Amino acid sequence: MLRVIVRRLLQLVVTLIALSALIFVWLRNLPGGPVEALLGERATPERRALLIKALGYDQPILVQYGKFMQRVLTGDLGNSIRTGDPVTDVIARAFPATIELAIAAMIIAVGLGVPLGYLAARYRGRLLDNLTIAGTLLGISIPIFFLGYLLKDVLTQDIHWFPPSGRISTGMDNTSVTGFYVLDGLLTREFDASADALWHLILPAVTLATIPLAVIVRITRASVLDVLNEDYVRTAEAKGLRHRTIRGRHILRNALLPVVTTIGLQTGALLSGAVLTEKVYNWGGLGTLITDSISGGRDYPVLQAIILLAALVFVLVNLLVDLSYAFIDPRVRVR
Amino acid sequence: MTDPTTRPGVGKPRTGDTPTDQPAGNPTEDRPAGQAGETPAQRRERSLGRLGDRKRARLDELARATADPGGVSLYRDALRRLRRNPVAIVGAVIVGLFVLVAIFAPLIAPHDPVQRFDELTRDLTVDSIPGATAGHPFGSDPLGRDFLSRMIHGSRQTLFVGVLATLIGLTLGVLLGAIAGAFGGWVDVVLMRLTDVMLALPSLLLAITLVAMASRSSQWTVIFAVAIVSVPIFARLLRGSMLAQRESDHVLAARALGVKERNIVLRHMLPNSLTAVIVQATLTFAVAILDAAALSFLGLGDPDINRAEWGLMLGVDGQRYFEVRPELAYYPALAIIVVALGFTLLGEAMREAIDPKNRR
Repeated sequence: MLRVIVRRLLQLVVTLIALSALIFVWLRNLPGGPVEALLGERATPERRALLIKALGYDQPILVQYGKFMQRVLTGDLGNSIRTGDPVTDVIARAFPATIELAIAAMIIAVGLGVPLGYLAARYRGRLLDNLTIAGTLLGISIPIFFLGYLLKDVLTQDIHWFPPSGRISTGMDNTSVTGFYVLDGLLTREFDASADALWHLILPAVTLATIPLAVIVRITRASVLDVLNEDYVRTAEAKGLRHRTIRGRHILRNALLPVVTTIGLQTGALLSGAVLTEKVYNWGGLGTLITDSISGGRDYPVLQAIILLAALVFVLVNLLVDLSYAFIDPRVRVR
Repeated sequence: MTDPTTRPGVGKPRTGDTPTDQPAGNPTEDRPAGQAGETPAQRRERSLGRLGDRKRARLDELARATADPGGVSLYRDALRRLRRNPVAIVGAVIVGLFVLVAIFAPLIAPHDPVQRFDELTRDLTVDSIPGATAGHPFGSDPLGRDFLSRMIHGSRQTLFVGVLATLIGLTLGVLLGAIAGAFGGWVDVVLMRLTDVMLALPSLLLAITLVAMASRSSQWTVIFAVAIVSVPIFARLLRGSMLAQRESDHVLAARALGVKERNIVLRHMLPNSLTAVIVQATLTFAVAILDAAALSFLGLGDPDINRAEWGLMLGVDGQRYFEVRPELAYYPALAIIVVALGFTLLGEAMREAIDPKNRR
């Protein structure tokens, strides 16, 4: 088991290094790269040369990359071109917001998706099943930023059920410990802040959950359908086992493996969707940071760091998913 | 099919042409016409001897049995199941209508999509965009152009973006996957590592990165970015299918017969993998137009203000004027949802139809 983890982590490192090298080389060989972005197109050659020297772009690309990696390993990702702040600080501020949103969305998607998928399979071909399938198809066909605007328009403007944007009400005096506002409130016993943050969280989380929810419902349904036809389920029923036992121990446990895989893969969809959802609800996370870094004159150090971070999160989650197989299904030998 | 004589390898081997089975003393031999019509190849056939004749008769039977209309090919079977599936029909109708509208857009649209009308621009203010009027059933867009015509012409651009992005993604992906699957070994390892790196990035983030890396965005950067996202999916799909086939019986048979490696890949392995690729392409189309809309929404889309494309209309004007006139978002969004739904339905139905598990 330990060997497996070590080997997978090594693979992860290789993937990240390859990705960073790819981005690094690409960024520095672009027409209108960082230098143009900083100075504009009409800068004098002297100023450009100065900046190129200051940024170290006059050195061979391998040397540049070596220096870059050296700094990365010491936790220095450079400074943001736009604001001048260290990239690590900028990211540390935005990261918890996105993770909080993504976790909330995943809780909704799994909490709703697995039972719905199970019920749809159980009542296959009936009204509930048909409605569920129609719903999932609509869910994957709707542009989620449009859904976000729609929900926002109806639920915050027409009837004031939810706050329209932001992570917490202005004037709410909350102490930040971890950056996860809901958790912070609980830790510091400021329960009103926690409740307020949760209230702000619901609508963006629902919006972001749409696509993972639809996918999880479909996979659960298909997987449960497969298991329902198995002999051991019929045997369990023939033995007269209680319904709950059959459902929990025989059907769901066996049907769960593909679902867990999907949950891992949907992390990617969550990170993608977060960029759109955050813009709709003005949620100050990584998604907002990415949009700002691009539209406000390509802030490459920030962009590069976000991309590497997203890849790291995605690969790590999928590693955890792979490792969890052994716990869900003892027959699986993780290799 | 139940007739034993039509089944290969079973029954009487001499049900073929009787003349060839009895070389000597056959009355047809004496006919001059028969002699003259004979090609050298036929003469050579005759000298096969008893065992050879027997083998040939069996092969002929085999050929006849496979050409037998009683047998149903996988494709015909899949097509039959598709035609019976209401989901597939709904999907196909939506896709068909969409393509028709796109083709005949200039004939259907009442006005020029880029022309600005005085009677519409006159009523444009900061917080009001004119709705339906006599000549303009969908009203105006933020620049005083006929919204209905822009919607109709939008189908063209949307189809263009979707098809081109899907085709580019498919071509590159199939190329990578085929090379990896055909060669195996270190080529496979290197190429699959590359797709792993691409898959390690969430799809929209990858698209955003690609657009951001171009110095300025245009329609082409959007198409390119959306296309690249689908490359690793196609590559993986094709490679898996090719690898599965490398050890399969028909490839082994071809190799044993001495078919060139290149022909094995191109003629035997690739065609067998293409069905899955076509299904995936149908599904990719839906994702492509949704992703293109998302890029426009993020301000990374096509900057051409004359271009009428649904994703662009929804992502830019729809977002900017949502409070003023939500229809500017509703109509393009509805169009995108319906078309994406159509392609998804068709793709899913096709996938179900070609899955041998579902054969009845």
